[in-house]
This record gives sequence, structure tokens and C-alpha cells, in this order.
Amino acid sequence: MLAPVLHVLPLTTIVRERTLPIAGKVSAHMNQRVSPTDVIAEANFAREHVLLDVARTFNISANAADRLIRVKPGDRVMQGALVAEGKGLFAQAIKAPRAGRVMVSGGGQVLMEVGDARIELRAGLPGVVTQVIAERGVVIQTAGALIQGVWGNGRIDNGLMVSLIEKPDDVLTADRLDVSLRGSVILGGHVRDADTLRAAADLPVRGLILSSLYSPLLQNAYQMKYPILVLEGFGALPMNSAAFKLLTTNNKREATVNAEHFDRYAGNRPEVIIPLPVSSEPDEPNVYETFAVGQTIRMRRPPNVGMIGTISALRSGLSELPSGLRAAAADVKLENGETALVPLVNLEVVG
Amino acid sequence: MPASLVQNESILGIDVGAAVTRAVLFDVVEGQYRFVASGQAPSTAEAPFKDVGLGVREAIRNLQSVTGSMLIGPNDNNLISPSQPDGSGVDAVVATISAGPAVKTVVVGLLPDVTLQSARRLAETTYSRIVETLDLSDRRKPDQQLDNIVRSRPDLVVLTGGTNDGATRSIQKMLEAVGLACYLMPEEKRPMILYAGNQKLANDVQEMLGGHAGKLEISYNVRPTLETENLEPASRELASLVVKLRERQIKGVDELNLWSGGHILPTAYAQGRMIRFLSKLYESTRGLLSVNLGASAATIAAGFGDDLTLSVYPQFGLGENLANLTQFTEIESIMRWMPLDISSNTLREYLFQKSLHPATIPATKDEQAITQAIARQALYLAVRTAQKDFPANARPAQADLMPKLDLILAGGGVMSEGASLGQTMLLLLDAIQPVGIMPILLDQNNLLSLMGAAASRNSYVPVQVIESGAFIGLGTVVPVLASANYGDQVLRAKLTYADGTETRVDVKFGGLEVLTLPSGQTGRLSLQPLHRADAGLGAGRSGSVTVTGGAMGVVIDARGRPLQLPSDPVRRRELMKRWSYAVGG
Repeated sequence: MLAPVLHVLPLTTIVRERTLPIAGKVSAHMNQRVSPTDVIAEANFAREHVLLDVARTFNISANAADRLIRVKPGDRVMQGALVAEGKGLFAQAIKAPRAGRVMVSGGGQVLMEVGDARIELRAGLPGVVTQVIAERGVVIQTAGALIQGVWGNGRIDNGLMVSLIEKPDDVLTADRLDVSLRGSVILGGHVRDADTLRAAADLPVRGLILSSLYSPLLQNAYQMKYPILVLEGFGALPMNSAAFKLLTTNNKREATVNAEHFDRYAGNRPEVIIPLPVSSEPDEPNVYETFAVGQTIRMRRPPNVGMIGTISALRSGLSELPSGLRAAAADVKLENGETALVPLVNLEVVG
Repeated sequence: MPASLVQNESILGIDVGAAVTRAVLFDVVEGQYRFVASGQAPSTAEAPFKDVGLGVREAIRNLQSVTGSMLIGPNDNNLISPSQPDGSGVDAVVATISAGPAVKTVVVGLLPDVTLQSARRLAETTYSRIVETLDLSDRRKPDQQLDNIVRSRPDLVVLTGGTNDGATRSIQKMLEAVGLACYLMPEEKRPMILYAGNQKLANDVQEMLGGHAGKLEISYNVRPTLETENLEPASRELASLVVKLRERQIKGVDELNLWSGGHILPTAYAQGRMIRFLSKLYESTRGLLSVNLGASAATIAAGFGDDLTLSVYPQFGLGENLANLTQFTEIESIMRWMPLDISSNTLREYLFQKSLHPATIPATKDEQAITQAIARQALYLAVRTAQKDFPANARPAQADLMPKLDLILAGGGVMSEGASLGQTMLLLLDAIQPVGIMPILLDQNNLLSLMGAAASRNSYVPVQVIESGAFIGLGTVVPVLASANYGDQVLRAKLTYADGTETRVDVKFGGLEVLTLPSGQTGRLSLQPLHRADAGLGAGRSGSVTVTGGAMGVVIDARGRPLQLPSDPVRRRELMKRWSYAVGG
């Protein structure tokens, strides 16, 4: 059976596509070395539109109104600029309510886009541009440690990672966050109160990497301006031992926290990247494998959610689980020494 | 080709669900189509796989291991078709799909209570999430409407409005707004549009929207007159648009479409088609209800003669949308079904955690109990919501009751993978709370929608497969409505078996009684209600009916309607244990 892979890798090649949501201008070029905060592409878009109904204002037909319109598509107009002008001694005029650009004109109406906004796309990770995607973005390649999570608040930043976690089930509290941590990426455990998130914002920090989050704090987490990345999920869940070991051994290294939303169809998921120097390029990791004896796995569902183990046997056919359900399953030797019968769909391969 | 000329072909049915992909073989055995075997595998529409073909091939390989005949070429990994003299391969493929993100939909109508409601009902015949609505009563400025449509980034716009001899000018305003909004979106992100309004405007629609839509389909008017609503032609077009959308969104769907020669349908549409067909075939007088609770959505299809009410609710699916379930129901409403002493926070965290890994299954008894409690509330909500759209002649006298039905047919992951048939029966009784005497069938192999897809290729398949006993009969349910106190006797029942032996039972209010009657057997059930209780024959009316057997036999549900659960959690949990024990634990 096919197995999804959770990446917890000390050294790998990481290739990421970074693109704008709309067409824009790409400023990065092939082979350019970029840092996470470099702007690699940008785009302008209109926040709003204004529809000026000339025919209705002048109470005339659409064709007649079209003859009175003084702007054409593509024109940039200032606030108060003449858009349409009536005829006669006391002619009425329609002026642009805001500065903007004419999108369409016809049928007695003028549609303008107003409120220009700009999107700046940052590299998000340090590396080398290996491909330029016209009007959209780039592909960046780097080498380093890669640790994937399950939830992110949609933000991205980088900084020196400081570990405040001593054991996988630690709880991170506001009193642990002092001024010496300003500008750092904090590696913490479980967060169960909003004060901790606010204290991190007050410093401010450049990111929080957490084992788990109390689910009522989700709205608070979305409001934070710094990235929050959750490795295990919701509730008081300890950090899996593979991620715990890898992250704590990289204490005081630069880390990029890309807490993007987990998009299960596009495949984007939150991740921590710790760039490392390499003499030769390591292999790119597989995104999926086939379940096999000897593989290191992580449990995705209770009991023992988040625990790391090794597949000791793959059962043939369907096995009856303690829940009463029947499913393809494996015997898993857990790191606490116990052996459990686990349905394969509740496992992911760590690698 | 007429069905008679292709009636001997073997048919491979493939259903791509959000969590599970199933491959099912239908073949001719002794001159009749039969369900032969099925294989399943986890679905692979989502990352990291992002190709439904991987899961489809694995499901087919698992089917191969059951049947022993080769369906996938060992070298080229391609489907073997047509079937070969050595027994390998299949002659035809049909497919259904429910995998994919909810379809973000804008619905547009003229009158909020008339055509907008028709547009909403039409959108709900597929996996839609309505993100924006537009109608004549909308007080927003045209440019605000425009911006809101653009910001909602729809996949689909369902446009209705006007009877066939009615308004045109107001609709044109709506078309203009939709057309401008589409024009403002990047070309590759423009939504598909289904127009099902005033037919006089078909040319105008083509002219105004044709160049700005991801794809435009013009269908029959859903409201040809003010009094009549006809969703069927438009829902067929909508089903076809959704398949095209999935081809655009998910790798491998195009290959499946090719394999099936275009016989691929959204799972819910195929389910609805079968219920319409069965409702006509068996000349149902009261109605058939089909419920399907899967990871992608809860689907309710109710057939009342020629009328079909098909409602698809992604928000009540048991997969990635679980994290949002509490937007539609109080956490306490889920807790009421919980047989375990857990906190509401634990339940809330369970919902979030499960939404992160939708394909996972309960491994422990406690997890299974939590899953079943959530399933009860999700199905309860879906049935109650769908019931509002049942035709007027199918509305019960008391609004909080279900109409009387002829049959309930249940399917979907949570049903087919239920730990026991008794637990599945109890889940259905709790969530649907049926009224009237009726059999309940379980579609354990999730064949219903695949038969719906196969029907377009060969109309013999559904009839012959159903008659061969493809569904599991759970039994006949006899709900008892009464105004009584817990423990009061409300019914005397006697079941007379074909061999003349009898079983008698005195039924108390608040209890469940199970009378053994094996599958394939019938019996005569005599009912004598007390205290003007209604056991399906009318308040206080006695009589006898012929009942069919099933895995659970005859289940007399004297817990009342609507089901009132004690507010004291300890007492409630104790009752639940008792009911669970009554259906086999």
C-alpha cells in the first residue's frame, strides 16, 4: 500500500516553487542566490472597482451615453477627472470619484479599478534560483534540514532558532519569553493560553515552532503577525521524538519558518528549513513510498498519536482492530518498547 | 448501443472518494448481472500523491487479488480492455467521483424566495459550498457586488432567473454583473457558468458570458413557470460541469474519464439517479430515502414518485470539513450522542485533529464511539436540512418528524466500515429518527452510485444486481410514537413466523426491542398499541403487517419521536449503553 511520507530530515535537497497568486513581474533571475527576505516578484492589483452608470445618471440610452464618455480602457485617471460630459447649456458631468484605471467602457457604463495594492513575494528560504516562471515566480533550491508540520497560520519568516523545549511534552508559557529572545525563532512545546502568543508578539519573535496548540487559540494564532507552525496538531500533544531530536540539535542555527496553510490538493504544507552547508548535493526526498518492514513511521491517530516506531510486520489481508473495524494493518514496534497493531492508513513514513 | 446488445459485458466500477477508492466488478453469472467482488485502497487525489490514478490502480490490484483475474497489465500498468479469452480484462468501465475540494459556488436568481432558492437547490445537488449570492433584493451597489464575486474566487456560477415568458431586463443586469466579475478574474481562474433561467435569453447569455467563462453551459430553465420547479435537466449539466472541473483540478480524472468513455459522474448525482430509478421501479407510494455519509460530504437523496430531492452537504462530511462542524451545530449537540465521559474540549480537539488526517480510521473502541457520535449529529443535520426541500406532499403533519417512507438505504464509509451491523442500525435510527414501518438496507460495498453510473451504459445492471441481493437487509424498523413516561407499556407485539411459531413482546416507552427474523424470511407482525400510541398504523390503531427479515430482524423503536435524550449525562450514557446492548453491543 502507498505510504505518505512526513519529512524529518537532517540533510536533504529542498526544491520549492514560490509564485504570485496573480500575474506580475519577476525580479529574480536564474542562478541568483537569494535570502529568505529578498523580494523575488511583485504584482499590483486593484482592491476595488467603481462602476459609473453614465446612461442612468444622464437618463439617456446606452448608445447615447457611450458618445458622451471621455475615457477609454487603459486610461489612468486622477480623482475628479472628467469621465463623461453631457450636452447643453447646463451640461452635467461625471467625474472619477477616486484615482484609478479604466478597465472597460461601453453599454453606457465605465468600470474603473481603484485602490492599487501591491504584493511582494519574498523568497521564503535561502538558496539558488533554478528556474524562472514567467510573470509568476521562481523555483528555489537549497540544502539543509527539513521538518514538516501539520498546521500553519499563513506567515513566513526566518531568524536564529532558540530552543525553549527540554522534553517533548513541555508547555511553553509567557514567562519563558524574555527580551533576550527578541527577533528569534522560538522552538517550544504545547501552547495552551493566549498570553503566550501575545507575549511572543510583544517581543516580537520571528516565529514559533510548537508541538501542539490548544484549539480555541486558533483565531488568536491567525491574528499574530509572526509565523506559528504546529508539528503534531491540536490538544496537548508531545513533539514527536524525531522532530524533537533534529530541531534541538540545530539550536542556535538560522531557521526559516514557512507556516503556510496546509493545502492538501496543491501539496503545500508548513515546514521548517534549516539551511546547512554541503560539499555535494544530497538526494531529494521521496514524497511517498510503499509500506515495508523496517520503515520508521509516525502514528497519526490515537493511541500513541505522534509516537515514532518501526514496522515489524505487514499483516496480509484485513486485520480486526480493537475498534472492531477491519483494515490493512501492520505490527509496529513503538519507541516505548510496546508493539501495537495499527491500520496502515493511520501511519506515515518518516523520511 | 441498446442495452440488449451489450448485456453480457463485464463492467468495472470505480468510485474515487475523498478517503477511499473502490474498484467493483459487475459480471454476468448464470445470465444475470451480479456484484462479483470489490477491492479498495486509500484515495490519492490529495498530496503527496496528487494523482487519483495511483489509488485507482491499487484498488484494482486489490480487486484482482480477490477475483484472480488480471485487470491491469503487469508491464504497462494500463487497464486491460476489452476482456480477453484468458479471462483477463474488462469490457467496460464506469466511474464516480466525490474526491476534491468543495466547489466554491456563486448562486444568482431574481426573487430571493423563488429562483434564488431554485439556484441554491440546484447548487446543492453537487459538492458545492455557496460563497456568494445575488438577487433582486440585494441592496449592495453594483460595484460592491462585483468585488464580492471576484473576492470569493468561485469555481462555479449557477445563474437562474425569470420564467420562460417572464422578466428579461432584470436578468440582463445580473448577467452583466457576473460577466464583468468574470472579466476581472485572471483567465485561468475564471469560473464555469451554468445558466438555467429564462430560455429567451439563451443567446444573450452566450454573447455576454461565453467569452468570459471558464466554460459556459446553458440548460433548461429550473423555473419554467412560477409554480413549477424542474431541477433535473440542469442538475445533469451541473454534474457534467463538476466532472470537467475535477479534470482541471485533479490529475488522473481525465484518464478515468477516458477509460470510462465519458461514463463518469459525481457520486452524489449517480446516487440520486438510482433513487429516482428505484422509486419508479418499485412504484414507491411514500418515498425512498438514501443517505450516504462519507469523508467528502453527507448526501441525502429522497425519491417521492417522480420527484427527487438530492442534497449534498460538504459541511457535514467526516473528512477535512470536520474542523468547521461546530459552525453549524453546538458542541453540546454532538456531546448528547457520546457514550463516553469526555469533555467538550476533548471532542473539539478530536474534530480538529481528524480534519488534519481525514483518511485515518478509529483504532480503539473509544475512538470508534467518538466517530459514531459525530456521525450521528452530522447525519441528523444533513437529513433535517434536506427535509426542508422535500416536496409539499411529502411533508409530515408535525414539522419535527420525518415523513413516512417505504425504505431507507444507507451507505458511505462510516456505515460500511461500522464495527457491527447493530451499531449501524442504531446510528441510523438515532440520526434519521424514521417514522412508519419500513425496511432498512445497508449498501455495505457502496454499490449504489456505481450502479447509477452503470445504468447509463446498461440498464439491466442495477435491476439485476439489486435483485441478486447486493444490499444487506438490516431489518424492518417499527417506530412507536407515544405520549408516555419512560417505562410505561405502549405496545404489545406478536411476530408470527412462516412456520407458525410466534414471539410476543410487551414494549415499554423508552426502549428498543429486537425480534429475530433472519434475512430472506418474512413474518406477520401484529401490533396492539396502548395509550393511543402510534406504531405506524395510526394513533391507537391495532393491526398486522407483513415484515421482512434482516441481520437485526424486526427492531421496535419505542424511544418516541422526536427522540428526547435525558439532559443528565450520566443517565443519558446509561440509556445509550442499554440501547447499544439491545442491538448487540
